[in-house]
Amino acid sequence: MSKLSDFEITRRNLLIGSATTTASLALPKFSFAQEKNTGQASSVTTIPNSAMTEVGFTVNGEARKLTADNRLTLLDALRESLQLSGTKKGCDHGQCGACTVMVNGRRINSCLSLAVMHEGDEITTIEGLGTPEGLDPMQVAFIEHDGYQCGYCTPGQICSAKATLEEIRAGIPSHVTEDITGEIQITSAEIRERMSGNLCRCGAYANILDAIEHVAEDKA
Amino acid sequence: MRAFSYERAGSPQEAAAAAAAHEGAQFIAGGTNLLDLMKLEIETPSHLIDVNGLGLDTIEATAEGGLRIGALVRNTDLAADQRVRRDYGVLSRALVAGASGQLRNKATTGGNLLQRTRCPYFYDTNMSCNKREPGSGCAAQGGYSRQLAVIGGSEACIATHPSDMAIAMRVLDAVVETVNAEGDTRAIPLADFHLLPGDTPHIETVLAPDEFITAVVLPRPLGGQHFYHKVRDRASYAFALVSVAAVIQPDGSGRIALGGVAPKPWRNEAAEAAMPNGARAVISRLFEGATPTEDNEFKVTLAERTLAAVLAEARG
Repeated sequence: MSKLSDFEITRRNLLIGSATTTASLALPKFSFAQEKNTGQASSVTTIPNSAMTEVGFTVNGEARKLTADNRLTLLDALRESLQLSGTKKGCDHGQCGACTVMVNGRRINSCLSLAVMHEGDEITTIEGLGTPEGLDPMQVAFIEHDGYQCGYCTPGQICSAKATLEEIRAGIPSHVTEDITGEIQITSAEIRERMSGNLCRCGAYANILDAIEHVAEDKA
Repeated sequence: MRAFSYERAGSPQEAAAAAAAHEGAQFIAGGTNLLDLMKLEIETPSHLIDVNGLGLDTIEATAEGGLRIGALVRNTDLAADQRVRRDYGVLSRALVAGASGQLRNKATTGGNLLQRTRCPYFYDTNMSCNKREPGSGCAAQGGYSRQLAVIGGSEACIATHPSDMAIAMRVLDAVVETVNAEGDTRAIPLADFHLLPGDTPHIETVLAPDEFITAVVLPRPLGGQHFYHKVRDRASYAFALVSVAAVIQPDGSGRIALGGVAPKPWRNEAAEAAMPNGARAVISRLFEGATPTEDNEFKVTLAERTLAAVLAEARG
Protein backbone atom coordinates (compact mmCIF):
# COMPACT_ATOMS: atom_id res chain seq x y z
CA MET A 1 0.00 0.00 0.00
CA SER A 2 2.64 2.46 1.01
CA LYS A 3 4.63 1.37 -2.00
CA LEU A 4 1.71 2.19 -4.29
CA SER A 5 1.23 5.70 -2.85
CA ASP A 6 4.93 6.33 -3.15
CA PHE A 7 4.64 5.37 -6.77
CA GLU A 8 1.69 7.73 -7.27
CA ILE A 9 3.53 10.63 -5.72
CA THR A 10 6.54 9.93 -7.84
CA ARG A 11 4.37 9.65 -10.96
CA ARG A 12 2.53 12.91 -10.18
CA ASN A 13 5.80 14.74 -9.62
CA LEU A 14 7.12 13.28 -12.83
CA LEU A 15 4.06 14.55 -14.74
CA ILE A 16 4.34 18.03 -13.22
CA GLY A 17 8.01 17.99 -14.08
CA SER A 18 7.29 16.95 -17.68
CA ALA A 19 4.66 19.66 -18.15
CA THR A 20 7.08 22.29 -16.89
CA THR A 21 9.78 21.06 -19.20
CA THR A 22 7.48 21.25 -22.23
CA ALA A 23 6.46 24.79 -21.38
CA SER A 24 10.01 25.95 -20.95
CA LEU A 25 11.92 24.83 -23.99
CA ALA A 26 14.06 27.92 -23.90
CA LEU A 27 15.09 27.37 -20.30
CA PRO A 28 18.43 25.97 -19.36
CA LYS A 29 18.55 23.11 -16.90
CA PHE A 30 19.69 25.30 -14.04
CA SER A 31 16.32 27.11 -14.05
CA PHE A 32 15.07 24.40 -11.75
CA ALA A 33 17.76 25.02 -9.20
CA GLN A 34 15.96 28.09 -7.89
CA GLU A 35 14.86 26.46 -4.67
CA LYS A 36 18.47 26.56 -3.51
CA ASN A 37 18.50 30.31 -3.80
CA THR A 38 15.00 31.22 -2.70
CA GLY A 39 14.78 28.73 0.13
CA GLN A 40 11.43 27.45 -1.18
CA ALA A 41 10.60 23.87 -0.30
CA SER A 42 8.84 22.99 -3.56
CA SER A 43 10.88 20.95 -6.01
CA VAL A 44 9.26 22.65 -9.02
CA THR A 45 9.58 26.43 -9.05
CA THR A 46 7.77 28.72 -11.43
CA ILE A 47 9.99 31.26 -13.16
CA PRO A 48 8.52 34.74 -12.63
CA ASN A 49 7.81 36.71 -15.79
CA SER A 50 10.31 39.33 -14.70
CA ALA A 51 13.05 36.71 -15.08
CA MET A 52 12.21 36.06 -18.75
CA THR A 53 12.87 38.28 -21.77
CA GLU A 54 12.00 38.03 -25.44
CA VAL A 55 14.94 38.20 -27.80
CA GLY A 56 15.38 37.84 -31.54
CA PHE A 57 18.59 37.31 -33.52
CA THR A 58 19.72 35.49 -36.63
CA VAL A 59 21.75 32.31 -36.44
CA ASN A 60 23.53 31.28 -39.63
CA GLY A 61 21.22 33.59 -41.59
CA GLU A 62 18.00 32.27 -40.08
CA ALA A 63 15.84 34.53 -37.87
CA ARG A 64 15.23 32.99 -34.44
CA LYS A 65 13.03 34.17 -31.57
CA LEU A 66 13.16 33.04 -27.97
CA THR A 67 11.48 33.84 -24.71
CA ALA A 68 14.54 33.18 -22.63
CA ASP A 69 15.26 32.87 -18.95
CA ASN A 70 17.48 35.92 -18.40
CA ARG A 71 20.21 33.58 -17.17
CA LEU A 72 20.39 31.66 -20.43
CA THR A 73 23.82 32.10 -21.99
CA LEU A 74 24.17 32.47 -25.74
CA LEU A 75 25.97 29.12 -25.65
CA ASP A 76 23.05 27.33 -23.96
CA ALA A 77 20.57 29.09 -26.24
CA LEU A 78 22.41 27.69 -29.27
CA ARG A 79 22.88 24.20 -27.90
CA GLU A 80 19.80 23.59 -25.78
CA SER A 81 17.11 25.88 -27.21
CA LEU A 82 18.05 25.86 -30.89
CA GLN A 83 19.61 22.37 -31.02
CA LEU A 84 22.78 23.67 -32.65
CA SER A 85 25.15 21.44 -30.75
CA GLY A 86 28.20 22.12 -32.94
CA THR A 87 29.28 24.87 -30.55
CA LYS A 88 30.82 23.15 -27.53
CA LYS A 89 30.73 23.80 -23.80
CA GLY A 90 34.15 23.31 -22.27
CA CYS A 91 34.90 25.30 -19.13
CA ASP A 92 31.81 27.57 -19.30
CA HIS A 93 33.98 30.39 -17.89
CA GLY A 94 35.63 31.92 -20.95
CA GLN A 95 38.94 30.18 -20.40
CA CYS A 96 38.99 27.42 -23.03
CA GLY A 97 37.44 28.88 -26.21
CA ALA A 98 35.41 25.76 -27.12
CA CYS A 99 32.28 27.94 -27.27
CA THR A 100 33.73 30.48 -29.73
CA VAL A 101 31.18 31.81 -32.24
CA MET A 102 31.05 34.87 -34.47
CA VAL A 103 28.70 37.70 -33.49
CA ASN A 104 28.39 40.52 -36.03
CA GLY A 105 31.63 39.33 -37.59
CA ARG A 106 33.61 39.19 -34.31
CA ARG A 107 34.63 36.06 -32.41
CA ILE A 108 33.42 35.88 -28.81
CA ASN A 109 33.05 33.32 -26.02
CA SER A 110 29.35 32.47 -26.20
CA CYS A 111 29.45 31.12 -22.63
CA LEU A 112 30.17 34.60 -21.25
CA SER A 113 27.28 36.35 -22.94
CA LEU A 114 23.58 36.27 -22.14
CA ALA A 115 21.20 35.31 -24.95
CA VAL A 116 18.97 38.29 -24.10
CA MET A 117 21.89 40.65 -24.80
CA HIS A 118 21.90 39.70 -28.50
CA GLU A 119 18.75 41.38 -29.78
CA GLY A 120 19.18 41.95 -33.53
CA ASP A 121 22.64 40.36 -33.68
CA GLU A 122 23.93 38.15 -36.50
CA ILE A 123 25.43 34.99 -35.10
CA THR A 124 27.48 32.46 -37.05
CA THR A 125 28.29 29.06 -35.58
CA ILE A 126 30.35 26.18 -36.95
CA GLU A 127 27.13 24.91 -38.61
CA GLY A 128 27.02 28.14 -40.62
CA LEU A 129 30.59 27.99 -41.89
CA GLY A 130 30.27 24.98 -44.15
CA THR A 131 28.34 21.79 -44.84
CA PRO A 132 29.63 18.22 -45.18
CA GLU A 133 29.35 18.69 -48.96
CA GLY A 134 30.72 22.22 -49.04
CA LEU A 135 33.33 22.62 -46.34
CA ASP A 136 34.90 25.95 -45.48
CA PRO A 137 38.60 26.06 -46.53
CA MET A 138 39.56 26.20 -42.85
CA GLN A 139 37.58 23.02 -42.19
CA VAL A 140 39.32 21.33 -45.12
CA ALA A 141 42.71 22.44 -43.80
CA PHE A 142 41.97 21.09 -40.31
CA ILE A 143 41.13 17.71 -41.86
CA GLU A 144 44.16 17.71 -44.16
CA HIS A 145 46.57 18.69 -41.40
CA ASP A 146 44.96 16.52 -38.76
CA GLY A 147 44.29 19.59 -36.60
CA TYR A 148 42.49 17.67 -33.88
CA GLN A 149 42.41 14.44 -31.97
CA CYS A 150 39.17 14.07 -30.00
CA GLY A 151 37.58 16.96 -31.88
CA TYR A 152 35.81 18.60 -28.97
CA CYS A 153 37.64 21.94 -29.19
CA THR A 154 37.61 21.91 -33.02
CA PRO A 155 34.48 24.02 -33.74
CA GLY A 156 35.85 26.76 -31.48
CA GLN A 157 39.34 26.39 -32.95
CA ILE A 158 38.00 26.76 -36.50
CA CYS A 159 35.85 29.81 -35.69
CA SER A 160 38.80 31.38 -33.89
CA ALA A 161 41.23 30.47 -36.68
CA LYS A 162 39.10 32.21 -39.31
CA ALA A 163 38.75 35.27 -37.06
CA THR A 164 42.49 35.30 -36.36
CA LEU A 165 43.33 35.68 -40.05
CA GLU A 166 40.63 38.33 -40.49
CA GLU A 167 41.93 40.28 -37.48
CA ILE A 168 45.49 40.27 -38.84
CA ARG A 169 44.24 41.42 -42.26
CA ALA A 170 42.18 44.16 -40.57
CA GLY A 171 45.40 45.44 -38.98
CA ILE A 172 44.45 44.74 -35.37
CA PRO A 173 47.71 44.51 -33.38
CA SER A 174 48.60 41.72 -30.99
CA HIS A 175 50.99 41.26 -28.08
CA VAL A 176 53.71 39.95 -30.43
CA THR A 177 53.36 42.66 -33.09
CA GLU A 178 56.76 44.38 -33.06
CA ASP A 179 55.75 47.64 -34.71
CA ILE A 180 52.18 48.43 -33.72
CA THR A 181 52.07 51.41 -36.09
CA GLY A 182 53.11 49.40 -39.15
CA GLU A 183 51.52 46.72 -41.31
CA ILE A 184 51.07 43.37 -39.60
CA GLN A 185 52.45 40.22 -41.24
CA ILE A 186 50.85 36.79 -40.87
CA THR A 187 53.53 34.87 -39.00
CA SER A 188 53.37 31.74 -36.87
CA ALA A 189 54.09 33.90 -33.82
CA GLU A 190 51.08 36.11 -34.62
CA ILE A 191 48.82 33.07 -35.12
CA ARG A 192 50.00 31.36 -31.91
CA GLU A 193 49.45 34.50 -29.82
CA ARG A 194 46.00 35.17 -31.26
CA MET A 195 44.91 31.54 -30.80
CA SER A 196 45.89 31.50 -27.10
CA GLY A 197 42.24 31.71 -26.04
CA ASN A 198 41.56 28.27 -27.55
CA LEU A 199 42.84 25.31 -25.57
CA CYS A 200 43.29 21.80 -26.97
CA ARG A 201 43.79 19.22 -24.26
CA CYS A 202 44.82 16.58 -26.82
CA GLY A 203 47.66 18.92 -27.75
CA ALA A 204 47.04 19.19 -31.49
CA TYR A 205 48.49 22.70 -31.51
CA ALA A 206 51.27 22.05 -34.03
CA ASN A 207 48.81 20.68 -36.59
CA ILE A 208 46.26 23.42 -35.87
CA LEU A 209 48.99 25.97 -36.61
CA ASP A 210 49.86 24.15 -39.85
CA ALA A 211 46.21 24.21 -40.93
CA ILE A 212 45.86 27.95 -40.28
CA GLU A 213 49.14 28.75 -42.04
CA HIS A 214 48.00 26.67 -45.02
CA VAL A 215 44.79 28.72 -45.35
CA ALA A 216 46.73 31.98 -44.87
CA GLU A 217 49.15 31.03 -47.67
CA ASP A 218 46.33 29.99 -50.00
CA LYS A 219 44.66 33.38 -49.60
CA ALA A 220 47.89 35.39 -49.81
CA MET B 1 23.30 31.51 -11.32
CA ARG B 2 20.65 33.33 -9.31
CA ALA B 3 17.56 34.70 -11.05
CA PHE B 4 17.49 38.40 -11.91
CA SER B 5 15.30 40.82 -13.81
CA TYR B 6 16.72 42.48 -16.91
CA GLU B 7 16.29 45.69 -18.83
CA ARG B 8 17.93 47.45 -21.75
CA ALA B 9 18.77 51.04 -20.92
CA GLY B 10 17.99 53.80 -23.44
CA SER B 11 20.46 56.47 -22.30
CA PRO B 12 23.36 56.79 -19.84
CA GLN B 13 21.22 58.77 -17.39
CA GLU B 14 18.39 56.24 -17.76
CA ALA B 15 20.88 53.50 -16.92
CA ALA B 16 21.99 55.41 -13.82
CA ALA B 17 18.36 56.02 -12.82
CA ALA B 18 17.58 52.31 -13.20
CA ALA B 19 20.50 51.52 -10.90
CA ALA B 20 19.11 53.98 -8.34
CA ALA B 21 15.63 52.42 -8.61
CA HIS B 22 16.68 48.78 -8.07
CA GLU B 23 18.59 47.70 -5.01
CA GLY B 24 21.18 45.12 -6.01
CA ALA B 25 21.23 46.26 -9.64
CA GLN B 26 24.35 46.10 -11.77
CA PHE B 27 25.24 47.38 -15.21
CA ILE B 28 26.27 44.78 -17.77
CA ALA B 29 28.37 45.68 -20.81
CA GLY B 30 30.78 43.03 -22.15
CA GLY B 31 29.83 40.75 -19.26
CA THR B 32 33.09 38.81 -19.53
CA ASN B 33 33.91 39.20 -15.83
CA LEU B 34 30.45 39.74 -14.34
CA LEU B 35 28.86 36.61 -15.89
CA ASP B 36 31.81 34.48 -14.81
CA LEU B 37 31.28 35.69 -11.23
CA MET B 38 27.49 35.29 -11.45
CA LYS B 39 27.87 31.65 -12.46
CA LEU B 40 29.95 31.13 -9.32
CA GLU B 41 27.40 33.14 -7.27
CA ILE B 42 30.16 35.49 -6.18
CA GLU B 43 28.15 38.26 -7.84
CA THR B 44 24.40 37.98 -7.27
CA PRO B 45 22.71 41.01 -8.84
CA SER B 46 18.91 41.08 -8.56
CA HIS B 47 18.61 43.25 -11.66
CA LEU B 48 20.82 43.69 -14.72
CA ILE B 49 20.87 46.89 -16.75
CA ASP B 50 22.16 46.13 -20.24
CA VAL B 51 24.04 49.21 -21.45
CA ASN B 52 25.20 47.80 -24.78
CA GLY B 53 22.63 49.80 -26.73
CA LEU B 54 23.84 53.20 -25.50
CA GLY B 55 26.36 54.00 -28.22
CA LEU B 56 29.34 55.42 -26.28
CA ASP B 57 31.44 53.33 -28.65
CA THR B 58 33.46 56.03 -30.39
CA ILE B 59 36.87 57.58 -29.76
CA GLU B 60 36.85 61.32 -30.34
CA ALA B 61 39.48 64.04 -30.29
CA THR B 62 39.09 66.51 -27.42
CA ALA B 63 39.55 70.28 -27.66
CA GLU B 64 42.62 69.88 -25.42
CA GLY B 65 44.36 67.66 -27.97
CA GLY B 66 43.61 64.36 -26.22
CA LEU B 67 41.08 61.58 -26.81
CA ARG B 68 37.69 60.85 -25.27
CA ILE B 69 37.13 57.08 -25.28
CA GLY B 70 33.49 56.04 -24.97
CA ALA B 71 32.87 53.64 -22.08
CA LEU B 72 31.60 50.96 -24.46
CA VAL B 73 34.57 51.01 -26.84
CA ARG B 74 35.70 47.38 -26.92
CA ASN B 75 39.27 46.56 -25.90
CA THR B 76 40.05 45.32 -29.44
CA ASP B 77 38.89 48.58 -31.02
CA LEU B 78 40.74 50.75 -28.51
CA ALA B 79 43.99 48.81 -29.05
CA ALA B 80 43.57 49.02 -32.84
CA ASP B 81 42.72 52.73 -33.06
CA GLN B 82 45.40 54.43 -35.20
CA ARG B 83 45.65 57.46 -32.87
CA VAL B 84 46.07 55.25 -29.82
CA ARG B 85 48.74 53.17 -31.56
CA ARG B 86 50.62 56.29 -32.67
CA ASP B 87 50.27 58.59 -29.65
CA TYR B 88 49.42 56.31 -26.70
CA GLY B 89 51.38 53.15 -27.56
CA VAL B 90 51.59 52.13 -23.90
CA LEU B 91 47.79 51.79 -23.86
CA SER B 92 47.59 49.77 -27.06
CA ARG B 93 50.38 47.49 -25.78
CA ALA B 94 48.69 47.01 -22.40
CA LEU B 95 45.36 46.10 -24.00
CA VAL B 96 46.78 43.42 -26.27
CA ALA B 97 48.78 42.00 -23.34
CA GLY B 98 45.51 41.18 -21.57
CA ALA B 99 42.98 38.35 -21.92
CA SER B 100 42.31 36.56 -25.25
CA GLY B 101 41.13 37.74 -28.65
CA GLN B 102 37.58 36.60 -27.90
CA LEU B 103 37.45 38.42 -24.57
CA ARG B 104 38.97 41.64 -25.94
CA ASN B 105 36.23 41.69 -28.60
CA LYS B 106 33.59 41.91 -25.84
CA ALA B 107 35.31 43.62 -22.91
CA THR B 108 34.69 47.36 -22.68
CA THR B 109 36.71 50.35 -21.53
CA GLY B 110 34.42 51.08 -18.58
CA GLY B 111 34.06 47.44 -17.60
CA ASN B 112 37.79 46.82 -17.69
CA LEU B 113 38.29 49.47 -14.97
CA LEU B 114 35.64 47.78 -12.83
CA GLN B 115 36.78 44.18 -13.15
CA ARG B 116 37.21 42.28 -9.92
CA THR B 117 40.37 40.72 -8.54
CA ARG B 118 41.45 37.19 -9.49
CA CYS B 119 42.60 36.43 -5.93
CA PRO B 120 41.97 32.66 -5.54
CA TYR B 121 40.37 33.21 -2.14
CA PHE B 122 37.89 35.70 -3.63
CA TYR B 123 36.93 33.03 -6.18
CA ASP B 124 36.67 30.14 -3.72
CA THR B 125 33.34 30.51 -1.91
CA ASN B 126 34.44 27.99 0.72
CA MET B 127 37.11 30.43 1.88
CA SER B 128 36.74 33.57 3.94
CA CYS B 129 37.13 36.78 1.96
CA ASN B 130 36.39 40.30 3.18
CA LYS B 131 35.90 41.49 -0.39
CA ARG B 132 33.27 38.86 -1.19
CA GLU B 133 31.73 38.68 2.28
CA PRO B 134 32.64 41.72 4.40
CA GLY B 135 33.75 40.79 7.91
CA SER B 136 34.44 37.13 7.13
CA GLY B 137 38.23 37.49 7.22
CA CYS B 138 41.03 37.13 4.68
CA ALA B 139 42.14 33.59 3.93
CA ALA B 140 44.97 34.96 1.77
CA GLN B 141 46.78 36.17 4.92
CA GLY B 142 49.01 33.23 5.70
CA GLY B 143 47.64 31.45 2.65
CA TYR B 144 49.01 30.99 -0.85
CA SER B 145 49.85 34.54 -1.85
CA ARG B 146 52.27 34.25 -4.76
CA GLN B 147 49.96 36.26 -7.09
CA LEU B 148 48.88 38.81 -4.49
CA ALA B 149 49.76 42.37 -3.52
CA VAL B 150 53.10 43.40 -2.05
CA ILE B 151 52.05 46.98 -1.37
CA GLY B 152 48.82 48.92 -0.78
CA GLY B 153 47.06 45.98 0.86
CA SER B 154 45.80 45.78 4.44
CA GLU B 155 45.17 43.20 7.15
CA ALA B 156 41.72 42.82 5.60
CA CYS B 157 42.79 42.23 1.99
CA ILE B 158 45.89 41.73 -0.17
CA ALA B 159 44.16 41.26 -3.54
CA THR B 160 45.59 42.88 -6.67
CA HIS B 161 43.76 44.77 -9.38
CA PRO B 162 43.93 42.56 -12.49
CA SER B 163 43.68 45.17 -15.27
CA ASP B 164 46.48 45.84 -17.74
CA MET B 165 44.57 48.67 -19.43
CA ALA B 166 44.24 50.62 -16.17
CA ILE B 167 48.02 50.53 -15.56
CA ALA B 168 48.65 52.24 -18.89
CA MET B 169 45.83 54.73 -18.31
CA ARG B 170 47.33 55.60 -14.93
CA VAL B 171 50.65 56.44 -16.53
CA LEU B 172 48.78 58.61 -19.05
CA ASP B 173 46.88 60.49 -16.27
CA ALA B 174 43.51 59.42 -17.69
CA VAL B 175 40.28 60.85 -16.29
CA VAL B 176 37.05 58.85 -15.81
CA GLU B 177 33.81 60.64 -16.71
CA THR B 178 30.50 59.62 -15.12
CA VAL B 179 26.82 60.51 -14.94
CA ASN B 180 24.37 59.75 -12.12
CA ALA B 181 20.61 59.31 -11.84
CA GLU B 182 20.06 63.07 -11.52
CA GLY B 183 22.08 63.71 -14.66
CA ASP B 184 25.01 65.19 -12.72
CA THR B 185 28.36 64.50 -14.32
CA ARG B 186 31.82 64.36 -12.80
CA ALA B 187 35.38 63.79 -13.90
CA ILE B 188 37.52 61.56 -11.66
CA PRO B 189 41.29 61.31 -12.20
CA LEU B 190 42.14 57.62 -12.51
CA ALA B 191 44.64 58.14 -9.67
CA ASP B 192 41.65 58.73 -7.34
CA PHE B 193 39.25 56.24 -8.94
CA HIS B 194 40.30 52.96 -7.29
CA LEU B 195 40.39 52.72 -3.51
CA LEU B 196 42.90 50.89 -1.34
CA PRO B 197 41.22 48.15 0.70
CA GLY B 198 41.76 49.44 4.25
CA ASP B 199 38.98 48.00 6.40
CA THR B 200 36.48 47.97 3.50
CA PRO B 201 37.97 45.91 0.67
CA HIS B 202 34.50 45.34 -0.81
CA ILE B 203 34.40 49.05 -1.76
CA GLU B 204 36.75 49.19 -4.72
CA THR B 205 36.08 52.53 -6.40
CA VAL B 206 34.74 55.99 -5.55
CA LEU B 207 31.67 55.42 -7.76
CA ALA B 208 28.23 55.81 -6.16
CA PRO B 209 25.81 52.90 -6.77
CA ASP B 210 23.89 54.99 -9.31
CA GLU B 211 26.96 56.38 -11.04
CA PHE B 212 27.64 55.22 -14.59
CA ILE B 213 30.96 55.56 -16.46
CA THR B 214 30.41 57.31 -19.80
CA ALA B 215 33.98 57.83 -21.00
CA VAL B 216 37.68 57.83 -20.21
CA VAL B 217 39.59 60.92 -21.32
CA LEU B 218 43.28 60.88 -22.22
CA PRO B 219 45.16 64.19 -21.96
CA ARG B 220 47.24 65.35 -24.93
CA PRO B 221 49.99 62.92 -25.99
CA LEU B 222 53.22 62.86 -23.96
CA GLY B 223 55.54 61.91 -26.80
CA GLY B 224 58.52 59.79 -25.75
CA GLN B 225 58.91 56.04 -26.00
CA HIS B 226 56.06 53.86 -24.79
CA PHE B 227 56.47 50.47 -23.10
CA TYR B 228 54.24 47.89 -21.50
CA HIS B 229 56.27 44.94 -20.23
CA LYS B 230 54.21 42.20 -18.66
CA VAL B 231 55.77 39.24 -16.86
CA ARG B 232 53.50 36.25 -16.34
CA ASP B 233 53.55 32.48 -15.89
CA ARG B 234 52.53 31.81 -19.52
CA ALA B 235 53.57 33.63 -22.68
CA SER B 236 49.96 34.60 -23.38
CA TYR B 237 46.54 34.74 -21.77
CA ALA B 238 47.57 35.04 -18.11
CA PHE B 239 47.41 37.75 -15.47
CA ALA B 240 50.53 39.70 -14.62
CA LEU B 241 52.92 38.75 -11.88
CA VAL B 242 54.44 42.17 -12.51
CA SER B 243 53.87 44.65 -15.30
CA VAL B 244 55.60 47.93 -16.04
CA ALA B 245 53.89 50.69 -18.01
CA ALA B 246 56.33 53.42 -18.93
CA VAL B 247 56.65 56.53 -21.04
CA ILE B 248 60.32 57.53 -21.30
CA GLN B 249 61.49 60.88 -22.70
CA PRO B 250 64.77 61.36 -24.63
CA ASP B 251 66.37 63.07 -21.59
CA GLY B 252 65.76 59.97 -19.47
CA SER B 253 62.87 61.43 -17.48
CA GLY B 254 59.49 59.76 -17.67
CA ARG B 255 56.58 58.07 -15.98
CA ILE B 256 56.22 54.59 -14.49
CA ALA B 257 53.20 52.63 -13.23
CA LEU B 258 53.24 49.04 -12.01
CA GLY B 259 50.62 46.33 -12.36
CA GLY B 260 50.27 43.01 -10.56
CA VAL B 261 51.68 44.32 -7.28
CA ALA B 262 48.90 46.36 -5.64
CA PRO B 263 45.12 46.75 -5.29
CA LYS B 264 45.23 49.59 -7.84
CA PRO B 265 47.58 50.80 -10.59
CA TRP B 266 50.72 51.60 -8.60
CA ARG B 267 52.38 54.90 -9.39
CA ASN B 268 54.25 57.41 -7.30
CA GLU B 269 55.24 60.61 -9.09
CA ALA B 270 57.98 61.26 -6.51
CA ALA B 271 59.66 57.96 -7.43
CA GLU B 272 59.86 59.07 -11.05
CA ALA B 273 62.30 61.81 -10.05
CA ALA B 274 64.77 59.00 -9.29
CA MET B 275 64.74 57.72 -12.88
CA PRO B 276 68.17 59.12 -13.80
CA ASN B 277 69.55 56.99 -10.92
CA GLY B 278 68.28 53.76 -12.45
CA ALA B 279 65.73 51.05 -11.81
CA ARG B 280 66.80 50.17 -8.26
CA ALA B 281 66.39 53.77 -7.07
CA VAL B 282 62.92 54.06 -8.65
CA ILE B 283 61.71 50.71 -7.35
CA SER B 284 62.93 51.32 -3.80
CA ARG B 285 60.90 54.55 -3.76
CA LEU B 286 57.86 52.88 -5.35
CA PHE B 287 57.89 50.06 -2.80
CA GLU B 288 58.46 52.18 0.32
CA GLY B 289 56.33 50.61 3.05
CA ALA B 290 55.80 47.39 1.08
CA THR B 291 54.75 44.33 3.08
CA PRO B 292 55.43 41.35 0.82
CA THR B 293 54.81 37.80 1.97
CA GLU B 294 57.30 34.98 1.74
CA ASP B 295 55.41 33.78 -1.38
CA ASN B 296 55.49 37.08 -3.27
CA GLU B 297 58.58 38.98 -2.16
CA PHE B 298 60.09 37.94 -5.51
CA LYS B 299 57.83 40.55 -7.11
CA VAL B 300 59.97 43.41 -5.77
CA THR B 301 63.08 42.01 -7.47
CA LEU B 302 61.09 41.11 -10.57
CA ALA B 303 59.71 44.67 -10.81
CA GLU B 304 63.21 46.11 -10.53
CA ARG B 305 64.55 43.83 -13.27
CA THR B 306 61.57 44.46 -15.53
CA LEU B 307 61.99 48.21 -15.14
CA ALA B 308 65.76 47.85 -15.76
CA ALA B 309 64.94 46.03 -19.03
CA VAL B 310 62.56 48.83 -20.04
CA LEU B 311 65.16 51.53 -19.26
CA ALA B 312 67.84 49.62 -21.19
CA GLU B 313 65.52 49.29 -24.18
CA ALA B 314 64.72 53.01 -24.00
CA ARG B 315 68.43 53.86 -24.12
CA GLY B 316 68.62 51.70 -27.27
